[in-house]
Amino acid sequence: MNEMMDILGSAGLWAAVLRIATPLIFGTLGALLCERAGVLNLGIEGIMTFGAMAGWLAVYQGCDLWTGLLVAAICGGIFGALHAGLTVTLGLSQHVSGLGVTLFAASLSYYLFRLMVPVAGTPPTVTPFAPVHIPVLSDLPFLGAALFNQTAPTWLAIGLAIALAWVLFRTPLGLAIRMTGENPQAADAQGLNPTALRYGAVIAGSALMAVGGAFLTLSAFNSFFPTMVQGRGWICIALVVFASWRPGRALLGALLFAFFDAFQLRLQTVLTGDLPYQIFLMIPYILSIVALAVMARRARVPQALMKPYRRGERI
Amino acid sequence: MRLEPRDHLPPWLALATPLIAVAAALALAGGLIALAGAPVLRAYGLIVTEAFGSRLAATETLTRAIPLILTGLAAAVAFRARLWNIGAEGQLYLGAVAAVTVSSLLIPDWPPIVQIPVLLVAGAAAGMVLLLLPLWLRLRFQVDEVVTTLLLNFVAVLFVSMLIDTVLKDPMAFGWPQSLPISDNGMLPRLVARSRLHVGLVIAVALALVVWFVQARTTFGLQSRAAGLSPGGAVFAGVPLGRTLVLVAMISGGLAGLAGAVEVMGVKGYVTTDLSPGYGYSGIVVAMLAGLNPLGVVAAALFTAMMYVGADGMSRAMGIPTYIADVTVALSLLSMLVALFFTRYRIRR
Amino acid sequence: MTPILEIEHVSKSFGTTRANDDISLTLAQGEIIALLGENGAGKTTLMSILSGHYTPDSGIIRVAGAVLPPGRPRMAIRAGIGMVYQHFSLAPNLTVLENVMTGTESLWSPRSNTAAGRAKLLALSRKFGLAVDPDARLGDLSVGEQQRVEILKALYNDVRILVLDEPTAVLTNIEAEHLFATLKGMARQGLSLIFISHKLPEVMATADRILVLRGGRLVAERRAAETSRAELAELMVGRAVTRPVRDAATPGAVVLELTDVTLREAGVNRLKSVGLHLREGEVLGIIGVSGNGQKPLAALLGGTARRSGGEVRLFGQPIGNLTVTDAIAAGIGRIPEDRNHEGVVGEMAIWENVVLERIGDYSRHGFVDRQAGMADAERIMAEFDVRGGGAARPIRLLSGGNVQKLILGRNLSRRPRILIAAQPARGLDEGAVAAVHERILAARRAGTAVLLISEDLDEVMALSDRIQAIVGGRLSPPVAAEGADARRLGLMMAGDWMEAEDAS
Repeated sequence: MNEMMDILGSAGLWAAVLRIATPLIFGTLGALLCERAGVLNLGIEGIMTFGAMAGWLAVYQGCDLWTGLLVAAICGGIFGALHAGLTVTLGLSQHVSGLGVTLFAASLSYYLFRLMVPVAGTPPTVTPFAPVHIPVLSDLPFLGAALFNQTAPTWLAIGLAIALAWVLFRTPLGLAIRMTGENPQAADAQGLNPTALRYGAVIAGSALMAVGGAFLTLSAFNSFFPTMVQGRGWICIALVVFASWRPGRALLGALLFAFFDAFQLRLQTVLTGDLPYQIFLMIPYILSIVALAVMARRARVPQALMKPYRRGERI
Repeated sequence: MRLEPRDHLPPWLALATPLIAVAAALALAGGLIALAGAPVLRAYGLIVTEAFGSRLAATETLTRAIPLILTGLAAAVAFRARLWNIGAEGQLYLGAVAAVTVSSLLIPDWPPIVQIPVLLVAGAAAGMVLLLLPLWLRLRFQVDEVVTTLLLNFVAVLFVSMLIDTVLKDPMAFGWPQSLPISDNGMLPRLVARSRLHVGLVIAVALALVVWFVQARTTFGLQSRAAGLSPGGAVFAGVPLGRTLVLVAMISGGLAGLAGAVEVMGVKGYVTTDLSPGYGYSGIVVAMLAGLNPLGVVAAALFTAMMYVGADGMSRAMGIPTYIADVTVALSLLSMLVALFFTRYRIRR
Repeated sequence: MTPILEIEHVSKSFGTTRANDDISLTLAQGEIIALLGENGAGKTTLMSILSGHYTPDSGIIRVAGAVLPPGRPRMAIRAGIGMVYQHFSLAPNLTVLENVMTGTESLWSPRSNTAAGRAKLLALSRKFGLAVDPDARLGDLSVGEQQRVEILKALYNDVRILVLDEPTAVLTNIEAEHLFATLKGMARQGLSLIFISHKLPEVMATADRILVLRGGRLVAERRAAETSRAELAELMVGRAVTRPVRDAATPGAVVLELTDVTLREAGVNRLKSVGLHLREGEVLGIIGVSGNGQKPLAALLGGTARRSGGEVRLFGQPIGNLTVTDAIAAGIGRIPEDRNHEGVVGEMAIWENVVLERIGDYSRHGFVDRQAGMADAERIMAEFDVRGGGAARPIRLLSGGNVQKLILGRNLSRRPRILIAAQPARGLDEGAVAAVHERILAARRAGTAVLLISEDLDEVMALSDRIQAIVGGRLSPPVAAEGADARRLGLMMAGDWMEAEDAS
């Protein structure tokens, strides 16, 4: 019991929560934006992988870190356009198209990575983002180390959650996106272009996913290796349901989830030998499934999610 | 210019669709090969010779096709009933570890004639269990099974890794993380001497025939198709939706579990956490290339196996990254999706 | 004075069908015109061209003298053309205000001006007497209220021309009368209205001029004061069509009896203490606006829903909850309300759709007897005049009327003792309606007990021996068809009998 309290009292835990949450926040917001417009984007896992690779590679080739994030975002947007082409223009199954995008983006990122970076004993590294020092706040005892010792993309992620909430619920554009996800026919009748709105949302959402992936290689770690995304994309998809398609709750969900993850990581070192470490590693995935089961029926799903829209064809 | 639904699909087009898709995927992959600075046409040639150019290569390709046929069938059966089982990878691992557990810990001395069927059943049962859980969540809580089956893949592999570290740890492996071996009585006989090709190929092809027959000719096949195409129409016609989906899940999960059991009983003899290079996910590609037709699955699995074995050999010979095989397989899925669109619609001016 | 709207020589083809063929019409300010026509006459196409969702092959449209650019929905809205669709273009998860404001502001504005929007909505709602709560979630509103929102949405865009597509399809008679009073008020305030309908009485009562469309062409134009229902009906169909009417008959024994039946679903009472009895050789009509419990009633008797209380007697015996297989085995034939999503599986072959609900009869040791299925399907297609190719083709290729004839055929060819027919003629053209009605009456003559669930007054009055109204999950006491007229049934559909019941 004392060990648990020690973990909860350590500044390292709370710093880790924000760090672990960051890619999930980006990914969840991206998936949420796509789904609000009516498109399930299972390309997320592959897009995050590609973002991780592309961002890292750009920096490795000499770009600065922010340019790296931008490169990742652009690549994500391209894969988003691919997914939108398959699901919006052609109206194909969003499930299968998304998986296809994931398989393609992930394998392509491994291929390009190997092509550009020859095999070496130790993987090459870049200098990642350094924590931002905030005057006064970062110097506070405990709180400074626990909360105010993060890299810039973490603050960007939190800011984005607020910005996305504003866009979706306070602007005409957000209303148009939500209407497209609820009833594209109605959006069309009001002179909006559901196809363009869906393309825009999927491209922007995919760019966010890729930035989440790039955070892994440019801030959390400093190198790229295959399978490093480790199902984070799928967890984001679960978090969107958990958050009932609301950005604020998505932020909270990601933080809550990251808390459990950070906690189990520390618990592992304390309880070493008592339980196989794999049990701890399973926790995030099982938590996601539990969250889905609890929330799935209560959540107000966008009514046109996964329904293709083509003008003149009634759905 | 506008799109118009096709009334019916000429048979030649149905057959040509996957071929066109594969050709498009190979052309796109050619661009990536060229990017690596390798001569594209020679690379294509090498893929074929590396996959089928020698007796060893051909048997290796066929060996690779075995788990792909089984996971492809698993996906085809499920997708036809609109059950999105993306968890074949996890089901495969559980099937493999079930076969190893039963063989090494429970019945190592049983004769092959009894032991082999028991192990196959154990593997299939393990796969079923792992798919019935997400199905239950869908029927009970309306949870989309895509995400749950995906997440369970990670849980399953971690579970296998845990077993390998503990109760199934092989003391003779010098600390390598691998499981106890399957007893010799539980190994599948070789089909061709001095190769890895085993009886699993016969099992897989036979199962493809059985699944095709069940889908095309039985009342269950008709009902599960109706359930997939229109749940509302199926319920109105008295199709027991829940029971049909449970049966579909058992067949699909069972086939994926069987893929794991057959792989471990036919090739390796023990389980590691890299037993499968993504057979579960490739099964989805195989099923889609086959147009969800069980007989087409055999052909599509052969193509995919050829890509893996052939492109692997080619990339080694030409010094380009071996991931080209995965890229090509993923591209053929995407091309197939686009091609499928044009089997349903035609462009009219 | 320039007319507010001029449509000149508009044509539009899809493939080989000419949906609109050289149509011209004008609309004056403050005028109400009606577009009358059957399904497939080209009404919806013309409307979609007007709203900018289709581009015409030729012809132009002028609004107040200015040419409207074709195929540009935003321009049509800006020119003052507003649409009220039959299937509402609304999102149930959003609020009334959100539904109304969608697409009305510049997309790139950093903030929605909801205060101004709310004020404008409330002002409009006062001006035209359309009361709504701007913050209500749309899905919580009744169908009539949703239609008000749909109309307000058009008014919010400063319409000059309001087009309404079958606006009364979802309303009770009383709600419909309110609506027409509102529409006439709007016309007096200077709005011009086009409404699309196939119901003759309301067209005659409301419109100044009536334009009749048939086969994509404008075939006639009449002033409402100078025409008759008979003339309009003939113009619309192109020939004199008479729907069959039942002849007198003596019903037999009671085959189905419901006493005090309730049905709860997702925490809501869909059926409340429902009682009815049904005899051999009679048609019992259940009239009501859709959404008042028709679906659960049909589902209960067809074997796809379970009751939560009450008694059901089938052929005199009390029974538990039926499954679909039980119901069919007991001789209950079923025509579902939604033929495309329930009645058939569109991607499956015609013969498969024939055998699916009787799979047991076509099963030999678990294998489907394809030959028998094909033979039966072909027999039914011949007998019931189902056109559209062989039994092995996918059923989605058949027209609505032919699908309905197949559904009728697969039930009636088995001589059911009871037929549950839910909205059997909905959305069919006049010829198909007559055919479906004739089949139902033939079944009645053969001794089948028919439960006809419908929202079409004419249909219910023509076919039924007795009539009950369904309102809010409750059934009125039956009245004999002889004593029923449109006015009486309208009052029943509005639930006037409930007060009498509550008082006693």
